[in-house]
Amino acid sequence: MSDQSPQTLEEEQQQPASKINLMVNDFSIQVATVNGSGSQSSNSVLLRAIFQMGIPVSGKNLFPSNIAGLPTWFTIRVNKDGWIARKKEIDFLIAMNADTARDDVMGLEPGRVVVYEETLRLNQLRKDLTFFPVPFAKIATGITTDARLRKLLANMIYVGVVGELMEIDPVELDAALAKQFKGKAKAIALNQQALEAGRKFAQENLDRQLVPIRCRRMNETAGKIIIDGNSAAALGCMFAGITVATWYPITPSSSLVETLADYMRDYRVGPDGKSTFAIVQAEDELAALGMAIGAGWAGARSMTSTAGPGISLMNEFIGLAYYAEVPVVIFDVTRVGPSTGLPTRTQQSDILAIVHCSHGDTKHIMLIPCSVSECFDMAVDAFDLTERFQTPVFVMTDLDLGMNNWMSDTFKYPARKFDRGKVLTAEDLQKLGSFERYRDVDGDGIPYRTLPGTDHPAASYFTRGSGHNEKALYSEKPEDYKNNMDRLSKKYDTSRQYVPQPEVQYVKDAKIGFLAFGTTHWAIIESQDQLQREQSLPVSYYRLRAVPFTSHLVEFFEKHDRVYVVEQNRDGQMASLIKLELPSELGAKMRSIRHYSGLPIDARFVTDAITAAEATETAEVAGKGAKK
Amino acid sequence: MSTTMQPPTSTPPPKVNRIGLSLAQYKGSDSTLCAGCGHDAITASIIKAFYEYGVEPHRVAKLSGIGCSSKTPAYFLGQSHGFNGVHGRMPAIATGAMLANQQLLAVGVSGDGDTASIGMGQFVHLLRRNIPMLYIVENNGVYGLTKGQFSATADFGSKAKGGYVNDLPAIDICALAIELGCNFVCRSFAGDPKQLGALLKAALGHKGTTLFDVISPCVTFNNHEGSTKSYKYAKDHEELLHEISYVPFFEQINVDYKEGEGKDVELHDGSRIRLRKTAHDYDPTNKAQALNMLRSSQESNEFLTGLIYINEEKPDFLTQLRMVDAPLATLPQELTQPSEADLKAIMAELM
Repeated sequence: MSDQSPQTLEEEQQQPASKINLMVNDFSIQVATVNGSGSQSSNSVLLRAIFQMGIPVSGKNLFPSNIAGLPTWFTIRVNKDGWIARKKEIDFLIAMNADTARDDVMGLEPGRVVVYEETLRLNQLRKDLTFFPVPFAKIATGITTDARLRKLLANMIYVGVVGELMEIDPVELDAALAKQFKGKAKAIALNQQALEAGRKFAQENLDRQLVPIRCRRMNETAGKIIIDGNSAAALGCMFAGITVATWYPITPSSSLVETLADYMRDYRVGPDGKSTFAIVQAEDELAALGMAIGAGWAGARSMTSTAGPGISLMNEFIGLAYYAEVPVVIFDVTRVGPSTGLPTRTQQSDILAIVHCSHGDTKHIMLIPCSVSECFDMAVDAFDLTERFQTPVFVMTDLDLGMNNWMSDTFKYPARKFDRGKVLTAEDLQKLGSFERYRDVDGDGIPYRTLPGTDHPAASYFTRGSGHNEKALYSEKPEDYKNNMDRLSKKYDTSRQYVPQPEVQYVKDAKIGFLAFGTTHWAIIESQDQLQREQSLPVSYYRLRAVPFTSHLVEFFEKHDRVYVVEQNRDGQMASLIKLELPSELGAKMRSIRHYSGLPIDARFVTDAITAAEATETAEVAGKGAKK
Repeated sequence: MSTTMQPPTSTPPPKVNRIGLSLAQYKGSDSTLCAGCGHDAITASIIKAFYEYGVEPHRVAKLSGIGCSSKTPAYFLGQSHGFNGVHGRMPAIATGAMLANQQLLAVGVSGDGDTASIGMGQFVHLLRRNIPMLYIVENNGVYGLTKGQFSATADFGSKAKGGYVNDLPAIDICALAIELGCNFVCRSFAGDPKQLGALLKAALGHKGTTLFDVISPCVTFNNHEGSTKSYKYAKDHEELLHEISYVPFFEQINVDYKEGEGKDVELHDGSRIRLRKTAHDYDPTNKAQALNMLRSSQESNEFLTGLIYINEEKPDFLTQLRMVDAPLATLPQELTQPSEADLKAIMAELM
């Protein structure tokens, strides 16, 4: 522990500049390493130790599509105000990868700190940075003679070094390490030694006073959890009573069903060893969705999880489920397209591919979580919605949300009764005498269905992707076809009141508004703060949480001069969908801001874009005025 | 008007099966296929077999892909749920339905194009998993709905109606099925209702995938001179592996053949397939012999029918999954939703 006398954060930050301008609980760390070198565990320990000190923290893994050998970067953002979007600027670099070390160092702002493997000699590159050479390989040799282990331990050594330099409480580092390697005593002991060796090296050889970064205990993370979006969605599925999951491995969605399988083994297998679920790895995405549809048809709460290329393969089946009206939940953990694209980078670029997915007239329900807790909640919602509306329901997350660790409040237990939708039992049929599968009995466009296995002579019907009438009989009659398509459209309109409603924040005196969805949220709220603080520019915010849209959308456009739709794709996909929905005079108020590098969007990007756009708008208005 | 009272003509009560249903209750809507289509003969055999076995219609899920064959589930078992999905993907739908409700009796009808061309990927994985279902391939060697193109089961050298000759080798779906571990493989002919019926009923008692390849001539596009899937060709070249009869589990067993002249194979439901020897001394439990037989028959242009391979030992996929006995589809929320305390425990782990 630090031997300094305790100070408040403010006091410490206001120390004379002659000493050092301290960044307390507000900085970012980047670890540049090689994929497959085992740095993931070390980075988790570092992240978790800071979290355990009560300081808001987030981690983003920027990794290549590769098992071992290519460069990878892990960024930890520590922020006392709770901003957890990606931050572009790096304050502290840990350079472990010879291949990228030069670029990594050259990209830093002056005055930043670099810890690096001694043999890389990075200190010759620049004069305006603080360099700390560390003989990682040499130190590791002192711990073990096993060459493979030495490589892994180098990672835990830098955790020890960084912890010492930033004053991360060693007790929390030890606790985080124990949690990371839970139950593996040997691994804990070995990593503990590495941690200690790094700490000792820093104490004896490095001058902490040259490091302008400190971690100071706060109380902002008590009762919070750290989890990735895929795991959160998996938990949502389990607590939604999922019974069938069928899937095909694809980055970045694989861990969703893998984590689900782990949890289900713990919580959904009875003492007799029998499970209340089936999870099947299919031969491809077509089969994965086909199985989920077969299961949904037969009454299971079924789902599949995939990413863009999988969605492309599932197209035909998605149309079948839409037209034959079969419930199924599909998670799309979006990655960068088109084609194979950048499989390990993030984007929000499947919006248009999904909203009208499959040939013919189709429209689909999409739920769009922005956080891990919404991944959980919307997974639960998705199963109720798909059974209520008997249509595929898509949950749209992305790689940033799905695969990165996020801090969150604990999830709320879904105590409500599941909505299993309009399903007629044998007893119902006994009373009714008969039923027609595709008839709009209630005027909401949603028909009644029966499940295979229902013991009643009137229960059966024939499901088909070909034209059908209200009785589910084959029909090519124009009026039957049109009647059915109109009902499907009506059903979609009914769903507007049932999908998660937007979160709308009207800011006082705001003439302009943001419209965003999903993970873009985190950059938006930070940019809102930046624009207010730096330019006294108030901006309202409409966070879209689902498609189809609700009536709130029109109102938001009516109440602002300009609405900036911010999203992570090249073509402004959501903006174009919104434009279709709005009357043309309101559509003219829309502006589109797109971020599509594959890296998560950051607040400064948004702030700069708004600043530039608003300057142009104001200039135009002034210009028009002058002409008059 | 006559004032004489006529005694009411008493219509005899319709004949019913062991669960009290009439043959009519196993029928579906009228077929829209061409008159004389082999598929209609198979449909009739299915209706009769299910009636005779006494299958409860509500337990059956009828599944199909796309094509002439895939239309037929509408023509039988009108009191069963049916699902006519997309081309070549019936196995996935069937698998999912069986996961949701393992008490269903799945009957899939596919064609040679639906199975051996577009659907090959799903077909082989269905067999590999051993999903309990009856999978019927109504095999005519051509695409009927698109007017007569060759399919992947068309024999090498077979002549199309338009005169061109198939110069690619046929895929033998029975041999493929055996290779992939399918443990009930049979082949029959739409023109042999006796054998077809016996094998269909036997399949109903099997636990696992039954692959049933039925040569079913297309009267419109593949019933001409030079075709190897015509009625005439099949009749001329059919080679019976054995005479087959079926003894249901609900009937007493009498042995009516002499030692060495035949063999009984007992099925999972207690029924028996009775095989009488023909010229062949064939043992359908011998995998190697089955594969050899299929290979040599292909070389000699013979069309082998009968029970080609059976093995009642192999576990099916659903058994391997160890699910609760009740259908997953209708498990109550109390069984499928872990408790609030469980969520709290999970949250505590993540803190």
